[in-house]
Amino acid sequence: MTSKYEEQTATGDNTTTKSGGVVSSVVNWIDDRIPMTRVWNMHIAQYPAPKNFNFWYLFGSLAILVLVNQIVTGIWLTMNFVPSAEGAFASVEYIMRDVEYGWLLRYLHSTGASAFFVVVYLHMFRGMIYGSYQKPRELLWLFGMLIFLALMAEAFMGYLLPWGQMSFWGAQVIISLFGAIPVIGEDLTLWIRGDYVISGATLNRFFALHVIALPLVLVILVFLHIVALHEVGSNNPDGIEVKRKKGSVAEEDKPKFKFHEYYTSKKDVVDAIPFHPYYTVKDILGVAGFLILFCWVVFFMPEMNGFFLEAPNFEAANPLKTPEHIFPVWYFTPFYAILRAIPDKLFGVVAMGASIVMLALLPWLDRGKVRSIRYRSVWHKLNIAQFVVTFLILGWAGATPQTVQSTILSQICTVTYFMFFVLLYVYSKNEVTKPLPTRLTK
Amino acid sequence: MMKKLLIGLFALLPTFTMAAGPTMPLMDANIDLRDKASLQRGAKLFMNYCLGCHQMQYQRYERTFRDIGIPVEIGKETLIFDDSKVGSHILNAMSKEDAAKWFGAAPPDLTLISRVKSPDYIYTYLKSFYRDESRPFGVNNVVFPLVGMPHVLQELQGLPMPITEEVVEGDETVTKVVGVETDGSGEMSDDEYDQAARDLTNFLAYVGEPSRLESEAIGIKVLGFLVIFFILAFFLKKEYWRDVH
Amino acid sequence: MSNAPVDNSRRRFLTIATSVVGGVGAAGAAVPFIASWNPSERAKSAGAPVEVDISKLEPGQLIRVEWRGKPVWVIYRTPKMLEQMKQHEDQLRDPNSDEAQQLESAKNNYRSKREEIFVAVGICTHLGCSPTFMNGGFGEKVEGTADGFFCPCHGSKFDMAGRVFQNVPAPLNLEIPPYTFLDDTTILVGEEQEVA
Repeated sequence: MTSKYEEQTATGDNTTTKSGGVVSSVVNWIDDRIPMTRVWNMHIAQYPAPKNFNFWYLFGSLAILVLVNQIVTGIWLTMNFVPSAEGAFASVEYIMRDVEYGWLLRYLHSTGASAFFVVVYLHMFRGMIYGSYQKPRELLWLFGMLIFLALMAEAFMGYLLPWGQMSFWGAQVIISLFGAIPVIGEDLTLWIRGDYVISGATLNRFFALHVIALPLVLVILVFLHIVALHEVGSNNPDGIEVKRKKGSVAEEDKPKFKFHEYYTSKKDVVDAIPFHPYYTVKDILGVAGFLILFCWVVFFMPEMNGFFLEAPNFEAANPLKTPEHIFPVWYFTPFYAILRAIPDKLFGVVAMGASIVMLALLPWLDRGKVRSIRYRSVWHKLNIAQFVVTFLILGWAGATPQTVQSTILSQICTVTYFMFFVLLYVYSKNEVTKPLPTRLTK
Repeated sequence: MMKKLLIGLFALLPTFTMAAGPTMPLMDANIDLRDKASLQRGAKLFMNYCLGCHQMQYQRYERTFRDIGIPVEIGKETLIFDDSKVGSHILNAMSKEDAAKWFGAAPPDLTLISRVKSPDYIYTYLKSFYRDESRPFGVNNVVFPLVGMPHVLQELQGLPMPITEEVVEGDETVTKVVGVETDGSGEMSDDEYDQAARDLTNFLAYVGEPSRLESEAIGIKVLGFLVIFFILAFFLKKEYWRDVH
Repeated sequence: MSNAPVDNSRRRFLTIATSVVGGVGAAGAAVPFIASWNPSERAKSAGAPVEVDISKLEPGQLIRVEWRGKPVWVIYRTPKMLEQMKQHEDQLRDPNSDEAQQLESAKNNYRSKREEIFVAVGICTHLGCSPTFMNGGFGEKVEGTADGFFCPCHGSKFDMAGRVFQNVPAPLNLEIPPYTFLDDTTILVGEEQEVA
């Protein structure tokens, strides 16, 4: 007579997991059908992440957190929002007053929109200073730029929905930009609006795109962004690879952690740690810190002095009365300032578009071989510093009523904005850099 | 270097914002949303003096009574002047067409006025009417020039007279109204009127965002909780990272 | 890399503590989402108690008012109707109103606060149709009873106190909503309050 255990072994089942407890048998059952454990190990528990990630590397995880917040609060807002020119503004006030905790859901969403851009701008800046766009991460960077574009479209369309004065006139101005396109411009704006002015038709199509189409695109792009990241591996503040040629790393230099064979079979891994638990606990700490700041804004200053929620938007849209000053929300103002700096409609629009295209072209404009700012020339450091200052000034100028001085300032900064890319292209060819370390520092 | 530039930039900010401001600096409304007595007086002023022309089309009576501490039965008797139910919005019977005919433009809804403008603006506005015979209602306003509204609180404040100043603007000297001084014909003293204006402003600020106090009460707990979570997460991270360092 | 031995108990404690606190946080974060599904101020306002003026109600007449989107009947029962209700109690499922379909103040043979005025939610307890008031024509459904309610959907039968007859699909007597006589001719449907 054979026992049940022997029977099982006799079938030649070569799984290494011992059938202990209910949990592991459920896990086994699932693993036989979808690669749950394998994906978990490959991308989380045995994913080799450089051990020297600093503060700047939190923003990727935070962006996912904010995306989830936007999706969940967004779903809940649609439950009471009325997408019509007659009902939209009142339905937002209905959410703010009549729905239990409606005010909180709305502030989480409105603050989340701004937080998304804060996080994404810092995430992009991280990529810039550590050269994360350089070979072989060009596609990763491009997916990121597409996410940025989709996010701008998502934010712009979402901003129309409350149907306040700023929603209406902001959309009016931005849609009119398309009118600058030669020949088809006017017809195109008419087609986008679906009416001769911004109207209920525009609101309805923006609503559909905002709540279904663009979130779907965003989620897919984020997925591709992470796929691309995990294929090439994460960059790090030193800008040197943790995956080395197979056989090039001495046994005693290899980390003591177990990584998935997907990575170790092709390459030797050095100075890396598994993403889980080390970066999960670090990200949890980052999330807690972020949430403290985020909730502080949500509960105590959701308007953020008119930067997150603009005062004119508490007045229902009125097609016959333009507010005194029209500004986009703060996250669009740097690009808006470039648009306004150029006294020609078509070239203004072209310059604004180019300012974003330039960012996307970074992997090819930067001809340097050294990635991280830590080991690059003083020219590069100065160039990045001037870019930051330029970006901040443009952001400020785009949110201020236009005066002669501010226009001149915007024009200067428009020049320096593009100069950043031109200079980078020039000096990066034969840049004098510091020697790279062979191993990650710290 | 970057820091210095930034500091310089921020130092410039106030000058730019001042330039865009109104002709008269706004007074500090100094309101307190926790002062229920003030809110109740403000509600009474609103219902008596404002509601005839201005609605609060998104705000309900019952919720207002509850939030500012008026028992529903008493609110129903003392603050609802028409046959509205306690659950209904704070509306009046004025038709928009008539209103536009009488005042040039329909009186705006006041539910959100404190957020469109600011409490300081409302307070200053209420205190800035002055006699101007050239206007249809005999009054003008320093912060809202050519206002199309009568001074409805005149019986309380009296009729304020303008204080003028000669200002050089470009090549010419113009007379500008820089303040007002009441003629003393009102029921209230200056201090009493200031308080009344403050109460009304307070009430409008409450209606602009009725969830404000609840939000802060929850917020403080949420932040306290997050700080505890942060501390735990900090030690958790430190504990795990001993493997790495 | 430090050579300090991994302190497992400390690690386990911190992991569990952070997980528990995080779990509490997640549950707390769910509160506004769940609570937002409760009836809003608008729904509550629309569902507020309704005042009914019965000064013009004639004997034998039924008026319908809407309360929380449901039809509520107010009927002035004639002495004849009240008398005949005693005749068929043996044919009823729950003649003494033992099932909680009414407040205590209406738990009597007439299922009302005043004998002649009957207030009930006009929705069949079977599947939610609104029964028809058969004023004088109910005899064809139940012999010897001239007046009652007949549900056209599945044939449930109720007497003039909303009590369900036996052998019909409806399981319970008609629901009596909370109500108050504010004065002799005004009923407040939807709330039972103390009237001085």
